[in-house]
Amino acid sequence: MDGRRTSNWWSLWGALVLVWALFPLAWMVSLSFKDPATFRSGSPRFWPESWTWENYRTVFDNSLFTAALRNSFGIALIATVLSVVVAMFAAYAIARLDFPGKNILLSLALAIAMFPQAALVGPLFDMWRGLGIYDTWIGLILPYLTFALPLSIWTMSAFFRQIPWEMEQAAQVDGATPWQAFRKVIVPLAAPGVFTTAILTFFFCWNEFLLASSLTSTDSARTVPAALSFFTGQSQFESPVTAVMAASVVVTIPVVILVLLFQRRIVAGLTAGAVKG
Amino acid sequence: MNLTTVRSRARLAGGTHSATSAAPAARTDRSRHERRLGLLLAAPSFVVMVAVTAYPLLYAVVLSLYRYRLTDPAGKEFIGLENYVTVLRDPIWWADVATTAIITLVSVAVELVLGFAFAWVMYKVLRGRSLVRTGILIPYGIVTVVSAFVWRYAFQLDSGFVNQWFGLAEFNWFGGRWSSLFVITLSEIWKTTPFISLLLLAGLVQVPGELLEAATVDGATARQRLQKVILPNMKAAIMVALLFRTLDAWRIFDNPYVMTGGANNTETLSFLAYRQNVSLVNLGAGSAVSVLLFLTVVLIAFVFIKGFRTDLGQMKGQR
Repeated sequence: MDGRRTSNWWSLWGALVLVWALFPLAWMVSLSFKDPATFRSGSPRFWPESWTWENYRTVFDNSLFTAALRNSFGIALIATVLSVVVAMFAAYAIARLDFPGKNILLSLALAIAMFPQAALVGPLFDMWRGLGIYDTWIGLILPYLTFALPLSIWTMSAFFRQIPWEMEQAAQVDGATPWQAFRKVIVPLAAPGVFTTAILTFFFCWNEFLLASSLTSTDSARTVPAALSFFTGQSQFESPVTAVMAASVVVTIPVVILVLLFQRRIVAGLTAGAVKG
Repeated sequence: MNLTTVRSRARLAGGTHSATSAAPAARTDRSRHERRLGLLLAAPSFVVMVAVTAYPLLYAVVLSLYRYRLTDPAGKEFIGLENYVTVLRDPIWWADVATTAIITLVSVAVELVLGFAFAWVMYKVLRGRSLVRTGILIPYGIVTVVSAFVWRYAFQLDSGFVNQWFGLAEFNWFGGRWSSLFVITLSEIWKTTPFISLLLLAGLVQVPGELLEAATVDGATARQRLQKVILPNMKAAIMVALLFRTLDAWRIFDNPYVMTGGANNTETLSFLAYRQNVSLVNLGAGSAVSVLLFLTVVLIAFVFIKGFRTDLGQMKGQR
């Protein structure tokens, strides 16, 4: 009986944690469905008095936003794939091979994880203009790749250390060719770690704002976070609060989907690099 | 081929492997090959990381010695350390140092306590455990700019519900420094507590259960168990969480940019670097700010890693 009561007690606390985590999300959704003309008249309530899709229409009719959405998806996906591939080589070397410079590479990754990106906006701004890659996809992909690498390398090498690599040789002893052994034995074992790393890296690229607002100037490369911040800057007195919230809901949807599908993996990935590494 | 045969073969293969590597000639040849492959695989990561951070940083050091505005490229002139003197004499630099330090200290302290509480709840809760873990990942994954807008609109006079709920009438949260910093820090805490709590949870799970049981049998109170058993055993996880979050908070940019635009003395160091370099295109003085910002981060990391070492050393000594 007593155990049952404490269990209920902890469930209550769990519910409170959930409220704290999800409550701002409810506010965002609510605001995105409010009528843009009347949402601030009188004393604003939490939920809309009448629900409307108008803000979503506004946002998707705005070429600034749709272009930013395209840029965000393209840049984040390319940077994620590149970073995971490049980091995979390094993580394999760190987990399995004995070579000089292993500690230098790990320390460098740690140093870059701590590096203040704001210290680079000036020189990168100047260099990118000189190289002609200011306000282009590649101009953002390069720094994203760089700043995602430490996370990718640490997380993936932590995963790779747990793989029983002897099984590759075992399969070869059983008559598999090296390629078959790699394809059928190693790839399935390594894939979860690689995939988890890719999700975390995607979150990082999707979220990035400082470099996106410093290294872009038009909708040819501006990502959603940067576009959102300029969206409000346009008119100080008629700030389109409800439209910004509709756009926010749209960019939050991929995050929610990834979290719902891969909750367990994300938790494992977040803690793998930090605690075991 | 099923898994058990693979496993037994693996043991077999491991055995033959150690037999062959006993021959010294084969071993050196193999290790030379291994070293070359290792360097080759590590090279791309190394080159990218150095090219996009170390080189621009050196470039910033060079630029910081010049008077250089993009609006006046012809006026570029070597002036030595004058930019640094200007920045360090400017009260804005010191006000931004103070603002950044306040946000960092408050948010990390609150997050550590709150994160521990969340970790404890996730550790104890039985029904709906995965639901809680899923929910807590939402703030972690959400775009920081979005979080900043959501909290800003919640507190803003014309759109927000906060003043209605708490009977604050016409109180303008963004009208003064401290109330603005309160909202900025709140958004920061909401967004990043999940990260800390998951790291602490990972540490919590590793606390040996038999130690806790032994302490309970010996009549230790809940508080004694926390202070004498749980926290000492979580030291590594706490230090890692503290190091990463402190440096992360020190670089805060998105929240103040979206919420106040730096008004009412809420500008942070990253924001100052952004404003000088990108908004004012004053690359000379801006680079001096960049280099100084970099040095503050090095200083914090140095202090932490030094503390870390002695901590880990002590832990080894105890065992």
